[in-house]
Amino acid sequence: MTIDLENINVILATDCGSTTTKAILIEKVDGTYRQTYRGEAPTTVEKPFANVTIGVTNAVTEVGELAGRQLTNEDGTIKTPASDSDGCDMYISTSSAGGGLQMMVAGVIAEMTAASAKRAALGAGAIVMDVISSNDKRRPHEQIQRIRELRPDMILISGGTDGGTTEKVVQLAELIAPAKPQPRFGSEYEMPIIFAGNKMAADEVEATLQEDWIDLAVVENLRPTLEQENLGPARDKIHDVFLEHVMAHAPGYDMLMDWTDADIMPTPGAVGNILQTIAKKENINVVGVDIGGATTDVFSVFDETFNRTVSANLGMSYSISNVCAEATMPNVLRWVHFDMDERQLRNRVKNKMIRPTTIPQSLESLIFEQAVAREALRLAYKQHKEFATTLKGVQQQRTVGDTFSQQTGGSTIVDNMKLNLLVASGGVLSHAPSMNQTAMMLIDAFEPEGCTNLAKDSIFMMPHLGVLSAVHPEAAAQVFERDCLIYLGTCIAAKGLGKEGKPCFSWTLSGDVARSGTCNFGDIELIEMGPEETATIVCEPARGFDLGAGNGKKVTHEVCGGTVGLVIDGRGRPLGLPEERQQCQQTIARWVENMALYREMEEAVVSA
Amino acid sequence: MAHAYTPGLKVTNRMSYSVIRMLPIKGDVMVKVGDNVNANQIVAATYMPGDVYPLNMANLLAVPPKDVASLMLRKEGEKVEKGEAIAETAGLFGKFKKKYNSPYSGTIETVSDVTGQVILRGPDIPVEVKAYVTGAVTAVNPEIGCTIETDVAFIQGIFGIGGETCGPIKFAVENCDEAISANNISEDMKGCVVIGGARISVESIEAARKVGVVALIGGGMDDQDLRDFLGYDLGVAITGSEKKGITVIVTEGFGDITMASRTFDLLKKFEGKEASVNGATQIRAGVMRPEIIIPLEAGDCEEETEQVGGYLEIGLPLRIIRDPYFGMLGTVSALPSEPHVLGSGSKARVLEVKLSSGESVIVPRANVELIEA
Repeated sequence: MTIDLENINVILATDCGSTTTKAILIEKVDGTYRQTYRGEAPTTVEKPFANVTIGVTNAVTEVGELAGRQLTNEDGTIKTPASDSDGCDMYISTSSAGGGLQMMVAGVIAEMTAASAKRAALGAGAIVMDVISSNDKRRPHEQIQRIRELRPDMILISGGTDGGTTEKVVQLAELIAPAKPQPRFGSEYEMPIIFAGNKMAADEVEATLQEDWIDLAVVENLRPTLEQENLGPARDKIHDVFLEHVMAHAPGYDMLMDWTDADIMPTPGAVGNILQTIAKKENINVVGVDIGGATTDVFSVFDETFNRTVSANLGMSYSISNVCAEATMPNVLRWVHFDMDERQLRNRVKNKMIRPTTIPQSLESLIFEQAVAREALRLAYKQHKEFATTLKGVQQQRTVGDTFSQQTGGSTIVDNMKLNLLVASGGVLSHAPSMNQTAMMLIDAFEPEGCTNLAKDSIFMMPHLGVLSAVHPEAAAQVFERDCLIYLGTCIAAKGLGKEGKPCFSWTLSGDVARSGTCNFGDIELIEMGPEETATIVCEPARGFDLGAGNGKKVTHEVCGGTVGLVIDGRGRPLGLPEERQQCQQTIARWVENMALYREMEEAVVSA
Repeated sequence: MAHAYTPGLKVTNRMSYSVIRMLPIKGDVMVKVGDNVNANQIVAATYMPGDVYPLNMANLLAVPPKDVASLMLRKEGEKVEKGEAIAETAGLFGKFKKKYNSPYSGTIETVSDVTGQVILRGPDIPVEVKAYVTGAVTAVNPEIGCTIETDVAFIQGIFGIGGETCGPIKFAVENCDEAISANNISEDMKGCVVIGGARISVESIEAARKVGVVALIGGGMDDQDLRDFLGYDLGVAITGSEKKGITVIVTEGFGDITMASRTFDLLKKFEGKEASVNGATQIRAGVMRPEIIIPLEAGDCEEETEQVGGYLEIGLPLRIIRDPYFGMLGTVSALPSEPHVLGSGSKARVLEVKLSSGESVIVPRANVELIEA
């Protein structure tokens, strides 16, 4: 379908999430695309409705009512094209309803081809249920048993560089064929298997997987050589199969696909798209996080390399109990500056898990939830850093000079010192009562170094803009710039450790804000600086501290303000907290006070 | 949005209940439409293909993969016994032959000349599906399963551990606010679905398991007790497959909570009757809550109670499900339409609740669930 982009004035976009379908309206205002209205309604993939379009129509109706524009026809379909008072010119959608896209991937070596296959699946927006490899320490019959138990939407097999091993690749196929994994939707459905491995093994794999319940597609090798990853063809095929098989079998999606003017994308895939577009356009390194009830997605673009991870059981409601189990309760409670009864807290956590839609009513409850969020984000980012690495298995050429800095292949490409923009989205970050709280959760969990801009996705618009960027990049860029991100401010943080109270770095601000000062180790300070204000900051770190130019070296950064302001962070990296509980509480209380996190409500809590 | 839908757990003295009993793969359905079945009766059975054991024969015999097929003493499709020789090398001048004995009983499924791998399939695994609920078969899906329907009293719990089971209802306490301890468990509870009042302790679960109680039901339990019982900290609420020898269901939540009197009284009405229970809980897409099902006989509870869950209205009874008022009961006394700033600083739509103590409190609408009067 060809769309005349010149004549697009009204764009309707929906994101069908597991629980809520969110609709936004984008309109051309004075020649510029702006997001104007937003509506939402419960997603209707589950029984008794079992038709996603009902939720879409409800969400769109709400947007229509707010905008004073009739967006649906009497039969619930989307009204196109737009006139002055009704309809839209383009309708697009993303989806993660019904659990999103669930995949199993396989590769010969866990750290090499299997890791590349996992990257391809995650980059396409999938949840990876398991990774099978020849060296995953499970015995073959255990692997087959596991494959039998899984109910993936599709399977991706990689393995072998082109011209490399054939035998090990065919062995992977030989594990899958007898296991006969059942697809999630219906027994009539053929299991889509994508082979993206050694091209010399393709015929043998095809012969092994020649079964009537398999729909096999062969694409280019995703790891043609050890030094090179070629994820594009596999990602594209995953997207095609997602549309042809998974979406077509999910309730109501056949109708929804007819309604949309562009292919439906998996929600995380769309978020990845928009972040890559922005990183490329601005020539910056970006980290984005979306913390939900069940999972936390982390996206990063460093030096144009995109990575995405899904931490399946780190979330704020369904998975809150798992966060506390993985992080341990003492680690969660170190972020709380008053005493709490642990037995009561544990019961509260479980009650939140079994009744996930409740919200914190008291300040004490909010502070505890934000403490859990810090740990969930910290763990998710740790997993991301371990996954986003340079290619493993690449032969390294070493010189004598490398003797004392032996870097193996597979070191993380996530470098907080090179990070320019950190974007937050997801309930606990987006709906925090104060943006200072959002900024502080990001800083505590991600520990940005040097100079980093902080922002939040205003109304979780990134999925919509991700799919829009594929069909109308200009509109997507304009809305992203003007309406999507709310800039919280800038964080200036020193890497290194020192003695509490000793100077960490001195700083001088000039421009819209002119001030200077010295930040001592262990301190954090907030400088008021509005969203439109910019300044130049010159920092002189003490010996042992680095702000981007090297140990103890003076550095100059251009900084911009935001709804929070400029954060001067001298707490050091890696960020540590006193082990002793009382001392830890005092430290956190000081930071809470300096960052004005709960100032207005604090007295009420203390008296309670 | 004028109304907010507020969920509530289903507790009803009469409803029509239908359950589909399906085999994981095709097999035999052993009942026909119109048959009356009891909960323990097997309604469908089949055999699952056995476990798969890949044997890297090329490595085991130290021969090239393409030679493996010719060295097999048992061919594809043939049955083998554990310890039986299934392959043999040609040896040197007919001597020094090396045999390989099968480590498992089963059938040779495939022999690959690319990898030299032999796939051995173990004996078929029998699978039986029980009726789960006493009732009448109303539909049969040939080779797949059947539908069983009956009128039941139905109670949804909030969280459970363990799978399907059934047995007669027996009470371990007198009142709904009585916590159940190990002392409340006696030998005559063997095979029974035992009802407690308030908190279930790990000691009471252990005592119940010891005497052979099939299910223990109470108002609440402590997270610490759950951890001690399971032996690990439950991270995600997907349960039902635990093999602990007992099914445990809590009807209200975690902590010291009294079982709702309506639930307790309804169960009391059916003391001695057979109940089918399932602790399986899944709180994600496709929410599944634990359930207690009591098939009704003629004359039982002719009047159906109203269903819980719906739109909030003044005067409706509810329970607060989040601190600082967790577990308290009251009625809706006002429904202000404007969002309210909470103690946490967040803005949310709220309602005013008149607590049973007479005190009125403001609570977010997301933090209540409707209960029946």
